[in-house]
Amino acid sequence: MRKCALSVMPDLLRAVAEATPLYLPVDTDKGDALFTRWFEGADWSGACNTARGPKDLFFPQTEDLVAFKTAGKTVEVLDIRREQEDFVVFGVRPCDVKAIEVLDRVFLSEPVDSFYAARRNHALIVTAACSRPTETCFCGTFGIDPTALCGDVTVWKTEDHVYWQAATEQGERFLAALDGFLEDADDTAVTAQRAQTAALLSRLPLHSLRADAFGGGKTEAFFDHPAWDTLSQSCLGCGTCTFVCPTCQCYDIKDFDTGHGVVRYRCWDSCMYSDFTKMAHGNPRLTQKERFRQRFMHKLVYYPENNDGLFSCVGCGRCLAKCPISMNIATVMNTLGGDAR
Amino acid sequence: MSFQPDSLIPQVGVITDVRIDTPDIKTFRVVTPDGKKAFDHRPGQCAMLSVPGVGEAMFSITSSPTNTEYMEFSIKKCGCVTDWLHQAEVGQQITIRGPYGNPFPVDDVFAGRDLLFIAGGVGLAPLRSVINYCRHYRDRYGKIDIVYGSRSKADLLDYDEILTDWETDSGVNVHLTIDREEVGWSGHVGFVPSFVKELGFATDKTVVLCGPPVMIKFTLEELIAMGFDKTSVYTTLELRMKCGIGKCGRCNVGSKYVCKDGPVFRCDELDELPDEY
Repeated sequence: MRKCALSVMPDLLRAVAEATPLYLPVDTDKGDALFTRWFEGADWSGACNTARGPKDLFFPQTEDLVAFKTAGKTVEVLDIRREQEDFVVFGVRPCDVKAIEVLDRVFLSEPVDSFYAARRNHALIVTAACSRPTETCFCGTFGIDPTALCGDVTVWKTEDHVYWQAATEQGERFLAALDGFLEDADDTAVTAQRAQTAALLSRLPLHSLRADAFGGGKTEAFFDHPAWDTLSQSCLGCGTCTFVCPTCQCYDIKDFDTGHGVVRYRCWDSCMYSDFTKMAHGNPRLTQKERFRQRFMHKLVYYPENNDGLFSCVGCGRCLAKCPISMNIATVMNTLGGDAR
Repeated sequence: MSFQPDSLIPQVGVITDVRIDTPDIKTFRVVTPDGKKAFDHRPGQCAMLSVPGVGEAMFSITSSPTNTEYMEFSIKKCGCVTDWLHQAEVGQQITIRGPYGNPFPVDDVFAGRDLLFIAGGVGLAPLRSVINYCRHYRDRYGKIDIVYGSRSKADLLDYDEILTDWETDSGVNVHLTIDREEVGWSGHVGFVPSFVKELGFATDKTVVLCGPPVMIKFTLEELIAMGFDKTSVYTTLELRMKCGIGKCGRCNVGSKYVCKDGPVFRCDELDELPDEY
């Protein structure tokens, strides 16, 4: 394990950013934090988590896929992909690191999504272990230890120091390049902090929420559950939960006429929206109940069924904090899991 | 700079023929700009066609894989992309990508079996590919029965091909029906499900069924009542799709993605899925 004084961090981050584009959580003037490209004076945010995960850096909200030149009856297809450069994402919370694994299984499975893969292959992830979880956190429900080593490198921030440990070879190389800033350290302070955090985690309101009742093969147990009616009753279909979710990956593909040609782009979409499945012959999900159910069934049953039991919720708690009607996956799990076990 | 091919990046296709089939269905012949078939496919697979600036949509490939020169798509006019395609003339370039989805099991499960094809309306489009494949390799299959119904005579898809090719094949029986009596029609009148019951087929046939959802539902009920087993009935689903490769989330039903796990399903497999298709 290596360490540096907290006071050294601005210099250290500057050195990283000078070598490679660097993204880190920075406080905004709206009272939250967002992953932001490093700039002179950028402070590493102390927020428990960013308003949105680092999903944008791999799967941007909108992204151009291909362009077309049309003239008369002819069409020309233009491959507008660009070579990606290496970049570092610093300060990713362990729940969000897990969320990247969830996205990887979608976009990196055959046929590989070359747009996502290009970014993913050039990224180095520095995880920031949690020490101050908030009341909306429930990563433990999905087996995540937010104090443990993950990503390429993990940092543990204490009162006056930052402790560093590599988890991958790429992480080792990253730390080697920062050798001038770091000194050897034993893990006493980190071990003490991890124990302290574990005690905090055990007192969180959602600490006892269990996912055991869910998983692959549970479609029949939950699909026709009468509780979907009441759970979905107040859902506005606003899609905020999807927008802030670090694992939601549904997308739309649209064409845009630039005036000089056509650009085909993709953008985030939401299964909560009424036109998501609407087609010429009708809509298989006619009411908000079906759309609401789809989102939670996908996270808790369908995705795990296709991905060795891995849930596509990581317990980051963003949707709990942001839903305008205070409905959320924890309530859904508590309600459904209560009598279907 | 050169990149690996990406499924979402299409190639150019040229419309080389437009056939008017019915008042709202046209069949488009598509090849690459150098006159070749864009890619190989299996019966029942689909392709994404797009009109740049208008949009992209998934269509079943209606021509048989045994046609190595071009692909055909029978397309009903019912939305932005299809409206635009219906106005397109020969020589118009579009884009094409694919093939997508799982085909009908023509080379293993279907081999040596008597086959019963049941189609309603534009539902014949995906079946024409497999019907013509089986007609091409005629000696690999038993008897072939084709039940096809539409609203009126004018709405029968591939009518000329049915009369001149399918009906004249040995061992192929075609049973046509239209919804209502009309002048100049001496054939059967009535809906597909009751027609299937009237015809009373032997239940050892393998069935391929496609049409509007309500027609599929009632025909399947009739088949079960006649003694057919769901494990010998195949159908092909249609859901909204964007990517075609199981990633955009749109055609997700239960743990399946219709674009990659379907569109061809056996009817007992559909029972495992939530009723959202």
